[in-house]
Amino acid sequence: MEMRDFDSPAKNTWCPGCNNFGILAAVKQVLAELVNSGEARPEEIVILSGVGCHGKISDYIRVNSFYCLHGRTVPPAMGIKVANQRLKIIAFSGDGDAYAEGISHVVHAARRNLNMTLVVHDNEVFALTTSQVTPTTKRGFRTKSAPKGSFEAPLNPLHLMLSCGATFVARGFSGDPRHLRSILMEAVRHRGFSFIDVIQECVTFNPIKEKYLPKIYDLNKEGHDVTNFSAAWERASEVERIPIGIFYRVERETYEKQLLGERILAEEKPIPSIKKALQEFI
Amino acid sequence: MQEVSLLIGGQAGDGMMRAAELIGRIFNRLGLYAFVINDYGSLIRGGHNFCKIRAADRQIWHHRESVELIAAVNQDTIARHQKELTGDGRVLYDEGAAKYEGPHEPLPIPLTTMVQEVGGISIMKNSAMIGAIASLYGVPLSVVEEVINRAYGEKAAKNIELVKRGYEFAAKNFKPILKVEPVKRDPTPLISGAESLALGAVKAGMKLYITYPMTPSTAILNYLGPAQDELGILLIHPENEIAVANMALGAAYAGVRTMVGTAGGGFALMQEAFSMAGQAEIPVVFVVGQRVAPAVGAPTYTAQADLKFLLNAGHGEFPRIAVAPGDPEEAFVKTGEAMNLAWKYQSPAIVLVDKHLLESYMSIGIDENKVAVEPPEFAMGQEEYRRYRFTASGVSPLAFPGQKGAVVKVTSYEHDEYGYAEETADGIQKMQEKRLRKLSSIILDLKGRETVKIHGDPAAENLVVAWGSTKGAILEAMSLVNRPLKFLQIIYLSPFPEWEVSRHLSKARDVLLVEGNLTGQLGSLITEQTGFRIKKAVLKNDGRPFDPVSLAEKIKEAFGWK
Ligand SMILES: Cc1ncc(C[n+]2csc(CCOP(=O)(O)OP(=O)(O)O)c2C)c(N)n1
Ligand code: SF4
Ligand SMILES: [Mg+2]
Repeated sequence: MEMRDFDSPAKNTWCPGCNNFGILAAVKQVLAELVNSGEARPEEIVILSGVGCHGKISDYIRVNSFYCLHGRTVPPAMGIKVANQRLKIIAFSGDGDAYAEGISHVVHAARRNLNMTLVVHDNEVFALTTSQVTPTTKRGFRTKSAPKGSFEAPLNPLHLMLSCGATFVARGFSGDPRHLRSILMEAVRHRGFSFIDVIQECVTFNPIKEKYLPKIYDLNKEGHDVTNFSAAWERASEVERIPIGIFYRVERETYEKQLLGERILAEEKPIPSIKKALQEFI
Repeated sequence: MQEVSLLIGGQAGDGMMRAAELIGRIFNRLGLYAFVINDYGSLIRGGHNFCKIRAADRQIWHHRESVELIAAVNQDTIARHQKELTGDGRVLYDEGAAKYEGPHEPLPIPLTTMVQEVGGISIMKNSAMIGAIASLYGVPLSVVEEVINRAYGEKAAKNIELVKRGYEFAAKNFKPILKVEPVKRDPTPLISGAESLALGAVKAGMKLYITYPMTPSTAILNYLGPAQDELGILLIHPENEIAVANMALGAAYAGVRTMVGTAGGGFALMQEAFSMAGQAEIPVVFVVGQRVAPAVGAPTYTAQADLKFLLNAGHGEFPRIAVAPGDPEEAFVKTGEAMNLAWKYQSPAIVLVDKHLLESYMSIGIDENKVAVEPPEFAMGQEEYRRYRFTASGVSPLAFPGQKGAVVKVTSYEHDEYGYAEETADGIQKMQEKRLRKLSSIILDLKGRETVKIHGDPAAENLVVAWGSTKGAILEAMSLVNRPLKFLQIIYLSPFPEWEVSRHLSKARDVLLVEGNLTGQLGSLITEQTGFRIKKAVLKNDGRPFDPVSLAEKIKEAFGWK
């Protein structure tokens, strides 16, 4: 299979130059690779997305998809995984979607180690609603919802996920699609909850590429030990230089294995009779 | 005619509910029909907790306010309930915890001492109490032992010993109240609405139950949690109701019949997902157990005040199925039906119940053959799959992720036949119409099902109209009124069976509405759907189910029979 086999007939409405295009290309490449390597059949892949500019990715890939309510990308993913754990689940969320409206679900999915991948298109802004501050917006960012500049302390998503127990924590940069593709591939292959915060340039409301580019470096090229929690935490604290790559990766039993063993709920027939159960009430 | 009516009471934590259930089982075992209701506050220890048990040699539908026996493990119970005793009523009480001197006949029993003698724990008082009650009603000891053994299994020994002591003490010291005669009949379960509703869903193919605890729906969790393996299902309890509902959407999308359970407050949080079930055409069954509202209300008390909320829940226009069973048997059948209809018509379904139905136990026959999985229409897969294909019925054939050759796209956005976002005027209108076409299809289907029930005298000109668990009190009240009376029980609330309701209303001369709310919500639904205005109503919203005796008086008054 090739990337273009995943092209959808839907008309793309992202702004010209939007960095979501880079993420979209990386995803299609990863999907093609998954199919070609025999790791997943195309019909066994399900993507989900939230509501925001990022969410349109569901429409732009010709594959099973669940285009969620705003902030609710994770719960349907869990429902799908519980129903049929053979399905490969990749969810796309925005920083507003994942860290404002839907943060509780993200916390719990990480804690449970649900086997899925969550990619957050982190453009530090509510883009589709024409620019308001999100939990990752930097201090001083001026917009209609914060005309004097945002004064709230921004959230560090990597710290959040590390402390919640995510077993795969990474950061990507939409300005480096090749690197993004490689960590996305690793994330999708990871058994457990894999999380990637993608620094995504919104050319219209938050053009950050020029500012970030000189500071970005690949931490995996600097001998970072991905199994060392404290090292991951420290790297995630860096602000002078901005590390991208895999911060943390460990193995832990997944939610669905503990819940289901090998059962595939979607293929199980209901019990033929409830006679025995009724007998208990007599 | 044999009839038994008693109350047991103590503090929360004294095990009153369990004891009452066991007493109900003992009568059920004897072939009597039992009804058990519990009344408790929102606390874990202390407070006041009582249960009423009624049993008779014919089908009964409700308890009665008045009792001939109070069995008390504390003083408070006697003080609170004395006035409910009949003239020749008696008070059985633990003399180690309470005092009583009359006016009713005192029956002191040393429960505390008995428990100490066998080296038991305080809650085991109930076993000695059960023994004494059984003796007062002339129940053979062997029947009590059998029920206790089944309930406690390996841990039964001390309880059995206490049952015997209570039984013997009462036999020696008290005059029996009556001697119940066993009734020969096919055994029926003594079952709660929560349990039977859960079984109905299982029989209709439910494989996943998702819930966040909230009284009174917690009763379903309490049953399905321990029983899940035996029933071949799975129960999950996620972080909140928003997660519950959205997970259910995901699971159903992936092909698993899923039900969620909550109360009004939890459903309020689920509304956006409920609307998405309508938009994305994902079948999910929502069980909503009503309790006293607004807001947290009175959590452990019953109400019927969420009807309009449920029927109007969720933004936008989409078909919904809403059914309100009135007893455990209907809960079994109609929940199964709701699951089947949800899947046939790919629409959300609501099973609207309340604390009184979910948590009360009743002897009632349940025929499991009344519910089976009705398969929905599946995609065959020659042409390219379109999740939202336009059809005459509005129903598009189903496929699930994992199915070879099908790309299954569902979405919360308005969409075209393939599931891609759609914003053109023509595209939006067409898909809105497609979804609403399902409504006509559901109505056609419902015309072949039982959407209302007629009780009493079908030719009577005086008509009582009600829905849900008030059924029980009304049926009992009707037997006390003793005049030609017809009762129209409305089971389907959406789509509304106006074809049935109009017919019965137009034949009636005088109509009375009975509801557990203060605004007559069913009445205004009837007006909206049929144009009929029902002018007389018996309404209340005090957390308690109707008492058949006083309801009978109100019915007489309303119809001028006093
Ligand atoms: C319940 C709800 N609240 C608000 C909205 C409006 N809304 C649509 S997108 C969005 C913000 C999206 O921000 P983000 O997740 O960062 O996505 P982006 O557009 O930046 O990709 C909001 C608030 C909605 N669709 N649903
Ligand atoms: S507003 Fe920003 S995020 Fe949205 S499409 Fe345009 S550039 Fe991309
Ligand atoms: Mg954003």
